[in-house]
Amino acid sequence: MELQNLIYLFVGVSFAIYIGIAIWSKAVSTKEFYIAGGGVHPVVNGMATAADWMSAASFISLAGIIAFKGSDGAAYLMGFSGGYVLLALLLAPYLRKFGKFTVPDFIGDRYYSNVARTVAVVALIFVSFTYVAGQMRGVGIVFSRFLQVDVTTGVLIGMGIVFVYSVLGGMKGITYTQVAQYIVMIFAFTVPAIFLSLQVTGIAIPQLGIFGQTTFAFNDGVRIIPEGTYLMHALDQAVEDLGFSTYTEPGSLLNMFMLTVALMVGTAGLPHVIVRFFTVPKVKDARISAGWALLFIALLYTAIASVAAISRVNLIKNVQNVEYQQFIDGKAKHLDGTTNDGGWFKTWEQGGLLAWNDRNGDGKIQYSSGKVFDHAKGKPEYDGEKIGEYGQRLTTNALPAAGAKPFDNEIYVDRDIMVLANPEIANLPNWVIALMAAGGLAAALSTAAGLLLVIASSISHDLLGKVIFNDPKTGRTKLSEKTELMAARLSAVVAICVAGYLGIHPPGFVAQVVAFAFGLAAASFFPAIILGIFDKRMNREGAIAGIIVGLVFTFSYIVYFVFMGGVKEDYLFGVAPTGIGTIGMILHFVVAYTVSRMTAPPPQEIQDMVERIRIPKGAGEAHDH
Amino acid sequence: MTEEKAKAYWRENISMILKLLAVWLIVSYGAGILFINQMNSIEISGVKLGFWFAQQGSIMIFVVLIFIYVRFMNKLDEKYDVQE
Repeated sequence: MELQNLIYLFVGVSFAIYIGIAIWSKAVSTKEFYIAGGGVHPVVNGMATAADWMSAASFISLAGIIAFKGSDGAAYLMGFSGGYVLLALLLAPYLRKFGKFTVPDFIGDRYYSNVARTVAVVALIFVSFTYVAGQMRGVGIVFSRFLQVDVTTGVLIGMGIVFVYSVLGGMKGITYTQVAQYIVMIFAFTVPAIFLSLQVTGIAIPQLGIFGQTTFAFNDGVRIIPEGTYLMHALDQAVEDLGFSTYTEPGSLLNMFMLTVALMVGTAGLPHVIVRFFTVPKVKDARISAGWALLFIALLYTAIASVAAISRVNLIKNVQNVEYQQFIDGKAKHLDGTTNDGGWFKTWEQGGLLAWNDRNGDGKIQYSSGKVFDHAKGKPEYDGEKIGEYGQRLTTNALPAAGAKPFDNEIYVDRDIMVLANPEIANLPNWVIALMAAGGLAAALSTAAGLLLVIASSISHDLLGKVIFNDPKTGRTKLSEKTELMAARLSAVVAICVAGYLGIHPPGFVAQVVAFAFGLAAASFFPAIILGIFDKRMNREGAIAGIIVGLVFTFSYIVYFVFMGGVKEDYLFGVAPTGIGTIGMILHFVVAYTVSRMTAPPPQEIQDMVERIRIPKGAGEAHDH
Repeated sequence: MTEEKAKAYWRENISMILKLLAVWLIVSYGAGILFINQMNSIEISGVKLGFWFAQQGSIMIFVVLIFIYVRFMNKLDEKYDVQE
């Protein structure tokens, strides 16, 4: 079957499954809408958490980031996975015992304050929206590349799908679609990884691919790297020859450390992840569920090291010194005489994520380190649809020859395309490419739905139910079950529309903002929750002061250095903005501790509550109103 | 449940958490970041050890840590009769 039809088939079938599940699992109560009725099996929840967690960033970008950053990229791998140890040991069981519906619920009740609750809602909305905008962009990229529709249409279709299963099904619908999405995603990532690993190292288990030896000789442009070289040696040699820093050599350890802490703690503090542990029946289920979640995540994450290294080798092997015209016409040859089909190069060039600038005028592609285009980030600016003499797209900011060693770099490769282009670069069968499209969409949609749900429930349950329509006499909400459920659905609709808008009109800094969502979560939610559980003496004043100081510090540092032109030399202790959440978190802990010790201890009933959440017995069901 | 028993349960829990977090810290921040250069002098099948810990090994150990904690806590809950 032709590639395009296969893609429609795979994506269409997966969408039909998601919608079918949504109709089957319609939520009829707020409890079902917020926490899927609280009866989700821990393995099912683990799988749903994995899908919820692994976003377009994990699926599409992570291997690409590591392929280009090498050793330092590991901060993302450790950060995104290590947070689950914190979740399982320090958060999930106690929050499950607490037994409510949302993260602001915990903050508001534990710190006996609607101010704290409202601050938590605001932080949650901010963190989740920045994150969701990135997912919508992911949906857009996949649609425009694989389904030949423009990004706007792509985002609208994605919104439609998410709309059906999150508005109808709430957490219940999302949970079961996420299970399906996890299965699609893990297949879509693993199958090409097996092919790639076999092709390049002869090892069928992608996790072991990095220990392999190359099955081919290739020319890196400076020397021929012989067949049978250890994969990592081949890669180190090639990138060194081309003027990049060595693949396995770490850069700044301080910044790697800070970034890893911010990502780990941020992971453990992200509301859409935490809320998943409210959906299981018992405290012990919450613990083991975190284990299953990380196991399912690890199946994909442990393959990334190999996929990243292999895709970088493949890139160098395939594009180095190849005649552009022959390459894109599918007539170029590898050293061993096999066909080197560069159709993918043309497709991604048309998509605007690749560009070639023939600086030495020899009609061949050269790849090395260094900028190719005169732009802050080295990105190409295309000159409309103008075509050069070999059929390449022309740009307005191409740099002239500069005589760099060993030669001038001539291509720009957006690192987001590595995973999606991998099957094509490796000339894998069409159905693998179609699977990739379905996987990328599953990754983006599952995370988007989870985020939209926590936004909706924090608005309907916390802001409307507990703050605005709060009955001061009973301390309970004045909203009826039915009204609150309707409010939850309406909030979901509004959240989807805002997310869609952000996806179609992305604030130019989406990719960075997603990393900052972690920093903000690390500086706000994580310390407040940990202190709420482990420090009985922590009170309202300390918590509010801590959250505000953590948030304001982290937010201003990021805004100053990223958007207002702050310079590297002024970094506090040399910490880059991506890792500043770590300092924000430390400040939060210090301020909260100091303020709490100078003010009155929390009331006895709160201290009793803390005692209760530390012991599993008597968790019972999550209760409403 | 008496107050002493609750305290003892909590103490055992915290002590296990600290032990597991120590391992968590060593494999990620130790082997994978702070001592990565020293670890990198050891190489297996072309893969430097520090690089491996950072990109793959730490993740595998994280999974094991959680399951050890789950087992330990399930037993502890029974010992103190606080299971649900």
